[in-house]
Amino acid sequence: MNIHEYQAKELFKKYNVPTPRGHVAFTPDEAVKAAQELGGNIWVVKAQIHAGGRGLGGGVKLARSTSEVRELASQILGMTLVTHQTGPEGKLVQKVYIEEGADIKKEYYLGMVLDRASEMPIMMASTEGGMEIEEVARKSPEKIIKVAIDPLIGFQGFHGRKLAFGLGLSVEEINNFIKFASALYKVYMDHDAEMIEINPLIKTGDGKFLALDAKMGFDNNALYRQSQVNEMRDLSEEEPTEIEAGKYGLSYIKLDGDVGCMVNGAGLAMGTMDTINYEGGKPANFLDVGGGANAETVAKGFEIILKDPNVKAIFVNIFGGIVRCDRVANGILEATKLTKVDVPVIVRLDGTNAEEAADILNNAGIANIIAATDLADGARKAVAAAKGE
Amino acid sequence: MSILVNKDTKVIVQGFTGKEGTFHAEQCMAYGTKIVGGVTPGKGGQEHLGQPVFNTVEEAVRATGATVSMIFVPPAFVSDAVMEAADAGIELAVIITEGAPVKDMMYAKAYAVKKNMMTIGPNCPGIITADECKIGIMPGFIFKKGNIGLISKSGTLTYESANQVVKEGFGITTAVGIGGDPIIGLSYKQLLPMFEADPETKAIVMIGEIGGDLEIQAAEFIKKHITKPVVAFIAGQTAPAGKRMGHAGAIISGGSGTAAEKMAALEAAGVKVVVSPADIGKAIAEVMGK
Repeated sequence: MNIHEYQAKELFKKYNVPTPRGHVAFTPDEAVKAAQELGGNIWVVKAQIHAGGRGLGGGVKLARSTSEVRELASQILGMTLVTHQTGPEGKLVQKVYIEEGADIKKEYYLGMVLDRASEMPIMMASTEGGMEIEEVARKSPEKIIKVAIDPLIGFQGFHGRKLAFGLGLSVEEINNFIKFASALYKVYMDHDAEMIEINPLIKTGDGKFLALDAKMGFDNNALYRQSQVNEMRDLSEEEPTEIEAGKYGLSYIKLDGDVGCMVNGAGLAMGTMDTINYEGGKPANFLDVGGGANAETVAKGFEIILKDPNVKAIFVNIFGGIVRCDRVANGILEATKLTKVDVPVIVRLDGTNAEEAADILNNAGIANIIAATDLADGARKAVAAAKGE
Repeated sequence: MSILVNKDTKVIVQGFTGKEGTFHAEQCMAYGTKIVGGVTPGKGGQEHLGQPVFNTVEEAVRATGATVSMIFVPPAFVSDAVMEAADAGIELAVIITEGAPVKDMMYAKAYAVKKNMMTIGPNCPGIITADECKIGIMPGFIFKKGNIGLISKSGTLTYESANQVVKEGFGITTAVGIGGDPIIGLSYKQLLPMFEADPETKAIVMIGEIGGDLEIQAAEFIKKHITKPVVAFIAGQTAPAGKRMGHAGAIISGGSGTAAEKMAALEAAGVKVVVSPADIGKAIAEVMGK
């Protein structure tokens, strides 16, 4: 789960990670009020969406008067912002963050993420602030300084010094930086974050550090104990069908092909997509119905897949282990009564009682249900059906 | 022969009396696994499925001599359970539980390593040595005895591959589901040399997926140390970047962890990589010279 910049900065403030002052606004009036409250004569109007690259997309603008704040807020609120991370359809901007201007002397990058190789969080810093870190990693990896932080000892001075000296900071600046980084580590650990990105981190004229931007993502498995983070969840930033699937314990991701897939298990679900692709088709979605594929979950699965108008055929691929295939077959028949399915459904049931299951499906006499014998056969039949063959 | 577990392995179950623990412990016992007891705090002294229940892992180990623990406790308590097993001298913990917070596993794994306890999982189907010992939730009947070792991040793809291997006339020595979370216990790199050393195992199937670089590490290891043929499939060739595909660890982030790079690394290491998971069985038949 991800949160907005302004929400991440709220968490930062509680942990004394310095950020410029700012307020969130949902209307141009609120934006002007926010600017007046902040005072000064320069403000930044920033679109709040869950995607990077907002500046390049025209979602971050500088205002030099409150009337300009109003004008820019009116422009940005309600616009569909397209960045390299939103996809071509873009994202609707529903709120802006009004922030005081900052005295930028130099821009840096600072981030934290779980390093799967060392099985510890790492902190990464770079002098290439404002650039995408993946880009820096590709072009000049030597410009990224990384330290793995063993959670058993926590953030120590030497972690901070390694980063600070690596960035070429002066002795006077180092203490400020270490204080900043140490507080950031606490924000990460205390909230079960899986990612923090500050890009740019800025050094001000007086040698202090400020998080000019803030991006945070969290471990979904830990949300049950992160009530504050949970409250920050913005459902309008997520795919409605993915949210709905989640309510029923299904894991769904929409893709752009025309062969719908319903599979038990995440690995087999990905493998099924790959098989469809291998057989010359294009998967319309990823869908894991979980371990116990019953009539209700299968019916819900059909309903969700069929919300996508591109779907021309559905491939149901279930490997029955503990769950017996004959039960799943009956579940599928029942599901077709609960949800109207008007595209061909290719069903491959393998594992426990697979033959009985095939008999059940064949004897049901439902014209658009086609039984398949194995993974390849099912994928071929589904691809052919989607092409209208 | 086999790796890690066999017909003599003594197993306890943490979360023994819960719904999942009970159901799967029963299935494991029916398969032939020597389940010698279980742990449910507060229910010590009772009997469950004909076996003793203990309050602590330490008591269970002392009374039964168990060396392996199968863990079914809910996600919020899983790290505690793993660390308790490590503290009590368990040699291998098989963590079935799905949904454990990453931070918790970070601490639990570090402690397990310190205590020399191996772990499998979390969020995995477990481990099975065909016809001898099943510690996990996989359907046992698929795993006919034979000469193929199997390592997989995915549960149902493990069953799919084993089924194909059996249909081609081969069978399984041991199959290990290592799980698809960001932090897992035993991985390819630790399991491959065990299969290499096992005289019964003649070839190895390795199922990976997008995210992380364990498969790349495996490729480097195979190149240097593995002489037995390896067949591999990497799930998620068609997965979009930046989307988590069911498993917490199955995500292409910052352009790395793609199926393409893993497949290329494995191919360069001499592994027979199949593009379609439907070809795993055939590939085994090919490398086994049938």
